[in-house]
Amino acid sequence: MPKLVFLWTDVVLWAMVAVLAWYAWRIKVNPNLRANWYKVARDPAALCAGIVLALFALVTLLDSVHFRRALLPVVSASVSASVNASGGRGDAPTFYATNAESLLDALLARQIEMRETDHSRPLAYMSLKKESFERDRKAVHDYARLRYGGAHLGDPAVQWAADVALRALTGAAIGLAAAGLAALLAALALRRGHGGVMPALRDIAIDRTELPLRAALLTAAVTAVVAGAVIALMGRYHVFGTDQTGNDVLYQALKSVRTAFVIGMLSTIATLPFAVILGVLAGYFKGWVDEAIQYLYTVLTSVPNVLLIAACVLMVQVFLDKHPEMFETGSERADLKIFLLCAILGLTGWATLCRLVRGETLKLRELDFVQAATAFGVGHARIMARHIAPNVMHLVLITTVLSFSDLILYEAVLTYVGVGVDPGMNSFGGMINLARSEMSRDPLVWWSFAAAFGFMVTLVLAANLFADGVRDAFDPRARSFRPRLRRSVVA
Amino acid sequence: MLNYLIRRIGYGALILIGVNLFTFILFFTVNTPDDMARLNIGGKRVTQEQIDKWKSERGYDKPLYWNDKAPGREKATDTIFWDRSVSLFALDFGRSDAQNAIDIGHEIKTRMGVSLQLAVPLFILQVIASVAFALLLVFFRHSRIDFWGVVLCVLMLSISSLFYIIVGQLTFSRLLHLVPMSGWAGGLDAAKFLMLPIALALLSRLGGEARLYRAMFLEEIGKDYVRTARAKGLSEAVVLFRHVLKNALIPIITSAGSYLPYVFLGSLVFESFFGIPGLGTFVVEAITGQDFAIVRSMVFLGAVLYIASNVVIDLTYTWADPRVRLM
Repeated sequence: MPKLVFLWTDVVLWAMVAVLAWYAWRIKVNPNLRANWYKVARDPAALCAGIVLALFALVTLLDSVHFRRALLPVVSASVSASVNASGGRGDAPTFYATNAESLLDALLARQIEMRETDHSRPLAYMSLKKESFERDRKAVHDYARLRYGGAHLGDPAVQWAADVALRALTGAAIGLAAAGLAALLAALALRRGHGGVMPALRDIAIDRTELPLRAALLTAAVTAVVAGAVIALMGRYHVFGTDQTGNDVLYQALKSVRTAFVIGMLSTIATLPFAVILGVLAGYFKGWVDEAIQYLYTVLTSVPNVLLIAACVLMVQVFLDKHPEMFETGSERADLKIFLLCAILGLTGWATLCRLVRGETLKLRELDFVQAATAFGVGHARIMARHIAPNVMHLVLITTVLSFSDLILYEAVLTYVGVGVDPGMNSFGGMINLARSEMSRDPLVWWSFAAAFGFMVTLVLAANLFADGVRDAFDPRARSFRPRLRRSVVA
Repeated sequence: MLNYLIRRIGYGALILIGVNLFTFILFFTVNTPDDMARLNIGGKRVTQEQIDKWKSERGYDKPLYWNDKAPGREKATDTIFWDRSVSLFALDFGRSDAQNAIDIGHEIKTRMGVSLQLAVPLFILQVIASVAFALLLVFFRHSRIDFWGVVLCVLMLSISSLFYIIVGQLTFSRLLHLVPMSGWAGGLDAAKFLMLPIALALLSRLGGEARLYRAMFLEEIGKDYVRTARAKGLSEAVVLFRHVLKNALIPIITSAGSYLPYVFLGSLVFESFFGIPGLGTFVVEAITGQDFAIVRSMVFLGAVLYIASNVVIDLTYTWADPRVRLM
């Protein structure tokens, strides 16, 4: 039985899932929220971005269930003798592997196992550099076959192209079939309003549906085709090549997704208590409370952000070096570090939202319903909690989704500067850093960089588009700035 | 006006005291000087003697806030707090923690000049380019140019600046051999080292800035005076350049002004990637070398610059909009 490991970030991420589930329930019962989220869903860009984000979130959650495998009992004579002496196998203490694995690691076990010795090109079957090895009992200096990539091919020079194409096409076809099935299901669900399955399918095809289903299904189809091809290939090849220690780049990129999500989500969550509580207090009480809180956040914003974060992270590093007893395994240390990094990002980054909340509270406290509550003798705490806080939540939501993508980009910079995540942890910043040193090599190693670029841009772009959709739905003022193509141009 | 300046500077001093206290508490009470010494000396087995020597060489062996043993006035002045924190107000940064103990103040002076050579042209070009791009989009609003322009902006702001740098270095330095990969030379030779970083920094910030300015212009364009200007029969170009641009200056100043401290502090990423020996590189080296004295000094300097640039922004408001009165 593997032993479950609850890392700090895992706990928080799953707590977030619970909160999101609660929020989904709120959307269901609250007509205002439902109307706003319906607006988000009707925005094709936001809906497609949401689908892509959901996929990344799935990877993150799979990567957030950690466990330590139970090691097989050692079958050496002395140990089994002592086990027998102590009264049978049942009492033997189980030893657990020293490293924590996640569900994603278990799924990608083959990727971890397929470890080459050096760089190799994407989908390659030969090594990148010439190596000295023995062939037919003669020492030769030539490109060697990879240990895993394309190892199943008898005569790769002939078979390779056909094999890759066949696998990729099969995978893509399966993906396409899945997307077709999704379209059919959508049509089935819509058959009432559109008069049958076939008319519904036609309406989806010409984009005459309530929600922009055509765009959503196209996104799903593209992701399914790409994912299908990659999954079909990755068992036998390194789809994105390998890095300098021979590790699969695709695996690293997938692992980096979780790091990005953790940074993006936890840091904003960490800002919320300060921003909301202090902002509401400042706006509600005004006077010296307001002055004090404004002073506090002016002090924080007056230090350039990177410097402030660097200073805090350096202190945390010293602290962690002094307290090695706080973690058992390397991954726990890395996890604690990223957790503290998020806390630091939260501690240093609450000023913007706090300012917004304060301004909104200043406006709200003069409104009739707050005046009425005061007249009825409702206490300050209750007014703030029941009447003001719910009315600033749209600001919180908008800021949270907007800062998500910024934080992912920020992580790369921080890791480059040396105050980001632990070097042992996969992250986009780490991949870029590594890729940077590889850029000066000859032959050029571009695939690590390309993989990091592809994954990161997809994730950040999706986050940005989704955030724009949310902002437009919840902030009526922002909507008018949306670029629109005027359909009927007056000649 | 004078009244305003005095008040503003007074509040600035208060903020600086806050920053100073915060950094001091962060650097000296979260971890003791002993921990810093241990980390700085490195290695597994560090003896107490080594630590004491390290501390006394750098003056960290004094008490933190209050020296009971010292006579008279020195009870307050012969402390780490006085030496390392209060002295910052006189812009006396002291020496770094590293083995060679460089003079931080001198280093900042020489490096800031280098940083300015990169940052000043960048700052000016950035404002011009973003405003021009945003005006172009607004001029062609509701057309394909506007739509795809905004799409391009979103795409550009979704790409990390590190990607721009790496791809830029790869194409222009390694493949095309147009400019050197990295490095620095004084005088006019600096231009060839600066061209690429300036262009790339410009590109990496264009998307976000242009989109922001576009929204500002669009907000301005819906106002009554614009309608009046059009009713007078002015051409769209005149309306945009003479009326909208002028009236949108305030938010533009606010947004561009937020970059002002960084003009002096330099860019961490761009400087260190291109090997430009400015303040940004200085900070990155201090962070990797875990030189806390330099980080502390730079935090303080950053706060000073932030406060100063806010005063400058406020003063510019009165120039941009004579209705603004500073009181």
